[in-house]
Amino acid sequence: MSLVLIAIMVVPPVAGATSWWAGPRLRGAATVTSGAATFGLALALVPAVARGRPVSRARTAGGGQVVLYGQHAVTALGNWLRVDSLSLVFLLATAFLYALTAIFAVGYVFAEHGADAIYRRRLFAGMNIFAWAMAMAPLVNNIGLLWVAIEVTTVVSALLVAIEGTDSAVEAAWKYVLLGSLGLGLSLLATVVMYHAGSYSLGQAYDLSFTKLVGAAARFPAGTVRLAYLLAVLGFGTKVGFFPVHTWLPDAHSEAPTPVSALLSGALLATCFYAILRYYQITERAAGVAFARDVLAGFGVATLLLGALYLASQRDLKRMLAYSSVEHMGILAIGMSFASPLAVAGVLLHVLAHAAAKGTAFFGAGSVVRKLRTKDLERIRGGMGLLPWSGPLLVAAMLGLSALPPFGTFRSEFSIVAGGLSGASTGLGQVLSAVLVVLVTLAFLGLSWHITQVMASPGPSGGTTVAKGETSKLMVLAMSLALLGLVILGVHPPAQLDNLFHGAVSELGA
Amino acid sequence: MLIPILANVPTPPSTFDGITEAIAVFVLLLVFVMLRQALLHSQVRLYALQSLAVSALAGVLATNEHAGDLFVLAGLSFVLKVIIVPVVVLHLLREAEVDLAGSQRFGVASAVLLGVAVSVFAFLAVGSVHIGGSGAKGLPVPALGAAAATVLVSFVLVMYRADVVSQAIGFFSMENGVSVASLVIAARMQSILEVAFLFDLLVAGVAFALIMRAHHRRSASLSTETLDQLRG
Repeated sequence: MSLVLIAIMVVPPVAGATSWWAGPRLRGAATVTSGAATFGLALALVPAVARGRPVSRARTAGGGQVVLYGQHAVTALGNWLRVDSLSLVFLLATAFLYALTAIFAVGYVFAEHGADAIYRRRLFAGMNIFAWAMAMAPLVNNIGLLWVAIEVTTVVSALLVAIEGTDSAVEAAWKYVLLGSLGLGLSLLATVVMYHAGSYSLGQAYDLSFTKLVGAAARFPAGTVRLAYLLAVLGFGTKVGFFPVHTWLPDAHSEAPTPVSALLSGALLATCFYAILRYYQITERAAGVAFARDVLAGFGVATLLLGALYLASQRDLKRMLAYSSVEHMGILAIGMSFASPLAVAGVLLHVLAHAAAKGTAFFGAGSVVRKLRTKDLERIRGGMGLLPWSGPLLVAAMLGLSALPPFGTFRSEFSIVAGGLSGASTGLGQVLSAVLVVLVTLAFLGLSWHITQVMASPGPSGGTTVAKGETSKLMVLAMSLALLGLVILGVHPPAQLDNLFHGAVSELGA
Repeated sequence: MLIPILANVPTPPSTFDGITEAIAVFVLLLVFVMLRQALLHSQVRLYALQSLAVSALAGVLATNEHAGDLFVLAGLSFVLKVIIVPVVVLHLLREAEVDLAGSQRFGVASAVLLGVAVSVFAFLAVGSVHIGGSGAKGLPVPALGAAAATVLVSFVLVMYRADVVSQAIGFFSMENGVSVASLVIAARMQSILEVAFLFDLLVAGVAFALIMRAHHRRSASLSTETLDQLRG
């Protein structure tokens, strides 16, 4: 299994290099092959990781006991690479979306920029490196290297946001690279402070591996760990899209090419949330779960409120989806703050379901924008009639994002709310569950209002004639597969996925 | 009688601690000078000087701890931050033929006062969590406070100036503050990580440069005041 980790580390950069140097046809083929291979390799890890059960325990600062890394984990390169239940959930989300985005991108690029060889070269090479950096983040067993991987995602994706070269794309890229880098500066400080916290019990020179840090966390000074955690939540939270450091997100997601928007929204935000969860793991052992939980609750409520309110007032289709991402990141944070096993399992399912739903939605939005040449919700009309496949698929994705059955987002949000209301949670958790339901309903109303206008209203406006029909079969295929994944997660998630969630819930101490 | 009294007298800082603290405070003071500086070229040179101080701090620590990897780190830091990044930014400035910093969002005095306020906050915050405490393992807490203050004042610089060069320099300066913190409290962190951080800075610098260039080509300006199309 070690070879699988090494293959995941090698395949996307090779595809990136091929995309840069090879001819036009090989670029698309290399990217699709790399995406499919990465997803296949990630799936191959599931049986090996999910069969494990907790075997060891550690004392917390409060005197209690939590389950430690007892699950099966696959390691490689002398423990520098390590995949356990928690990291595999996030790797699956990234790999799934990478595979589908690769398929979508081939159709999108040939329909949109068929003759522009430089654009195609930059987009495919950049996408592969971006996906590689996101896949490496959960793969590395070291909080320093985790930071490096996330910094690489910032640099590459900022350049991809600017790739269209328009005024608004450059503006979005500048805001993104500046805010993202400032946030990552704070998270670098968090890494340094956490190192210092560890030096009290691990000595002056040690490696920053998760296993070592989590194992010794109960002996770390609580105040220092709290400071590191706050810096990490604020720093990585900048890239997750937490309020008030979310301002780059709607701009970057709306101005990036559609395949990049899908990766940014469905995979990158979750990857950065994963980084926060690793600090959460250490903090709950060193400083108690209450502090770790309360910080996430504060950021989660503010972020969900902002996302729900802004959704209703959007005039730009992709920007609306970006605020939907903000809303869903708020849901993840609130779900973690419940700290009950059911809610945490719901959070992990939500990571996968959101990747599938947001992939479908952005792919659909890309098809609509490609067909009607506008992102303005006031000018988009008659999507269902013009796009016989993408139109209904986009509507279904919007229903999925609104957490309606039978989609995976319904199952995940139901688990989160049920976890918040369950006995394992606190009184505050029950209040937050109610707040969550109200705000999610508000977001649902905003999304429904817009999508009904866009898709169900008659014909395109302005007297323009737009031919009926899909732009590319590959774009429809990518959307269909993403939606299929979302339905499977809602109707009958694979049993091994449940085992994976149980393992990850134990690792997170819930 | 005399012995208990002497036991309560705080130990004076060692020469090494004194040098470390002096360099950390110098790094902080340079951000304040950047806040006041209106010429972009001068701002870049101040950043180079600040980076030189950080490299010197790494050198001092390397000498004190007899750590060869810290010498390597000091050398890499010097090449990257004192030479490569400033040269690249100065090259961009020559291409752009602009030297006056963009309009300021508020007055110089207000910016400096805000800088002082966030610095006081940083020192108090670091003091309150006793991060270097518990015997402190020989680590100078005031230096860490200065590093945290450098990070926050650099934030002020980014907010205060409305041009891409000053904002990028603010980010690089913030990274210098993190470097000081890293050297002060985590000097023995694996050198592979330190090198990875430096490499990342280089790559981030390239991304900054490319986007700055694209912005200048489209707007014939380095001001961020024109970046106002995306709202809401």
